[in-house]
Amino acid sequence: MLRYALKRLGSLAISLIVASLVIFACIEVIPGDPASFMLGINAQPDTVAALREELGLNASLATRYLSWVTGMLSGDFGTSYTYRSPVAEIIGDRLWISLPLALIALGLTVLIAFPVGILAATKRGSWADMSVMGATQLGIAIPNFWFAMLMVLLFSINLRWFSAGGFPGWENPLAALKALTLPAIALALPQASILARVMRSALLDTLSEDYIRTCRAKGLTQRQALWRHALRNAMIPVLTIIGLQFSFLLAGAIIIENVFYLPGLGRLVFQAISQRDLIMVESVVFLLVFAVIMVNFAVDLAYAWVDPRLRGRS
Amino acid sequence: MTLLSIENLSLSIRGIPILRDVSLSLNHGEILGVIGESGSGKSLTAFSVLQLLPRGTTCEGRINLLGEDVLTKSEKALCAMRGRDVGMVFQEPMTALNPVQTIGAQVAETILIHEPQTSKVDAMERAAHALTRCGLPQDRFPLGRYPHEMSGGQRQRVVIAMAIALQPKLLIADEPTTALDVTTQAEILDLLARLVREDDMGLMLISHDLAVVSDMAHRIAIMRNGEVVEEGGADLHRTMTHPYTKALFAASSHQPERNASPEDTPLLEVNDAIRDYTLPRKSLFGSADTFRAVNDVSFQIKRGESLGLVGESGCGKSTLTRAILGLEPLQGGTILLDGQPVGPQVRRKMQVVFQDPYGSFNPRHKVARLVSEPFHLLGRKATDAEIDEALMSVGLTPADKTKYIHEFSGGQRQRIAIARALIIKPELIVLDEAVSALDVSIRAQILDLLADLSDRFGLTYLFISHDLSVVRAITDRCLVMQSGKIVEEGPTERLFTAPAHPYTQTLIAAAPTLPES
Repeated sequence: MLRYALKRLGSLAISLIVASLVIFACIEVIPGDPASFMLGINAQPDTVAALREELGLNASLATRYLSWVTGMLSGDFGTSYTYRSPVAEIIGDRLWISLPLALIALGLTVLIAFPVGILAATKRGSWADMSVMGATQLGIAIPNFWFAMLMVLLFSINLRWFSAGGFPGWENPLAALKALTLPAIALALPQASILARVMRSALLDTLSEDYIRTCRAKGLTQRQALWRHALRNAMIPVLTIIGLQFSFLLAGAIIIENVFYLPGLGRLVFQAISQRDLIMVESVVFLLVFAVIMVNFAVDLAYAWVDPRLRGRS
Repeated sequence: MTLLSIENLSLSIRGIPILRDVSLSLNHGEILGVIGESGSGKSLTAFSVLQLLPRGTTCEGRINLLGEDVLTKSEKALCAMRGRDVGMVFQEPMTALNPVQTIGAQVAETILIHEPQTSKVDAMERAAHALTRCGLPQDRFPLGRYPHEMSGGQRQRVVIAMAIALQPKLLIADEPTTALDVTTQAEILDLLARLVREDDMGLMLISHDLAVVSDMAHRIAIMRNGEVVEEGGADLHRTMTHPYTKALFAASSHQPERNASPEDTPLLEVNDAIRDYTLPRKSLFGSADTFRAVNDVSFQIKRGESLGLVGESGCGKSTLTRAILGLEPLQGGTILLDGQPVGPQVRRKMQVVFQDPYGSFNPRHKVARLVSEPFHLLGRKATDAEIDEALMSVGLTPADKTKYIHEFSGGQRQRIAIARALIIKPELIVLDEAVSALDVSIRAQILDLLADLSDRFGLTYLFISHDLSVVRAITDRCLVMQSGKIVEEGPTERLFTAPAHPYTQTLIAAAPTLPES
């Protein structure tokens, strides 16, 4: 198990290095000079040159890459071109919205998908199964921003249970959670629909495996066979999807953050791109990549916990 | 009291009758062999004793087990009966165990389900005892092992330990050795016979293989199309009266008539072939070990000859086959076909027929396209006449070419596979377990077809199989392979009657044989 974890850790480090190179290279080829963008179209060439010098844009590629990477390692992500304040601070503030939002949405996804998927699989072909399949089809088809607006109409404007947008800050945790509730539901709905379907089909697959028949021949009821044997085996595809979904929820909340005026990472990166705040874009993108790679690492470890075949011979 | 008596059992699935008036009985300490080809209903008969049947199944008649009618029991009573009164062993040991649970936990579960008051420690201790009885002693196979750390034969022992942990009165074994090598098969059959003796159990042994059952059963029932056509004692081969029983015995020991005589010139020459596989590295910077799957193998096949290659799983015969087909690079030695190294240029002189008649065709193509696939080697399309000829030479009709593969039975599919191999008139046909998945009567027909084709077209065969009786029936000369090496080579008859190498002797001794009638 330890060897497996170390191996995964090694490939994690390599992925991070490659990702940092790719991100750096992509940012380099994007047209548009941040210095002239910041100073506007009427700027004098010598002012632009001076600003370029100040921003360190004239140094060689290798130097700039190395200073970016070593800076990040020591927690210094550089200074934003547009905000004129440390990137790490800005990201830190925004992360405290995006990360909890993603976690709440993921929690909701799992809480909805597991029971629903298991129910559909155990009652295959029944009306319960049919309605689950129909509802999840709908859940995947409905765009989440539209669903979000419907929720705002109902819960914020008509019923006045929730605010329609904005974020009060974590000083009042209850109010903060309340502000994240509707966005989390909007994010979770399509994800839960997907996960429920994956859960159902993975369970149906494992329920038709030979070892389930062996269990039944031992005297287990269908229910016991499902809970004791099928579920853990069905977790492997489900974990894969959960890993992908968490990455998506963290990085893909841009639209929902815009609908609810949440100052999260998605909005930050969206603004940074349109303002050519390259250092900010680089850092946020790398942070998201880092999060995705860490989640994959966690999923890999979870695989090994579920499936002894992956642990290797001890 | 009779342990099990099945009286006039009829079974239908969604209104389609599957079993008709099946009556069988079994006593304590007795072994009943149930023989039949695929679709004969032998497995469903077994499953109906446990009432583990597909949805939509209805049973009529009586199944008396220990004086109680199984068919009138509630699901709860059935669960209490399964595993306690009746144990079951399945065909496929590789998939019959839960891959994510230890063998100890899986065997102990049988005990814990039926005796919930037992402590976990006690259950584990009894599981260890059951595993030891099944030939898996604790010092070598601790309870914490996972199924993937064991071989097929060992896994089958775990399944048997699970089935006998509570010393049931009846054990049902559905093709328990079909997926295993002959030497492992012999060991598992010995184990079953010993357990029957020790526990005074009744054993219902279901098999398609007459030889396996005849060796150990006290009584034998022959099934066909959902009916028991004949039942008799261990001497059924002498007392049989039903024509189907006779046909089955005849097909099992069928010897096709062959007239081809090999020429003296070699067609395929394998010289000092070596194939190494790289094993996963043990550490990040350590050098990788290699596994030598084919170790310095040399042999020749003469034109018109039929050469057998036998060996157990993992001996390297499949790797060697792929190397001959040019699908595996060699680390040493050469393989020459007609004097040229195997590769794209000579590939058209050689075709292959695989084991699985279900998996080796693209289900979305029609037979005409499937059969004409090898023509890409010639760089032109097959003509209708060529397709018709190939289909007719294997006993099908030209009209079959517009059908899809799912419209054919297993035996017909194997004929189509042979037609596909024949169509570009190759000189060598490699038959990789080509009849292993077929019922005995179909197998006899395919063997006849192969013999007839070799006579007509002067074909050369390389016949790879784990089934010794088939190799004996169809080949002139035979190679025995063990751990990547050819350990013995010689004329087939000589090899089977007077094997020289100890491994060949073991193989032949382990192979079940039909009694002479």
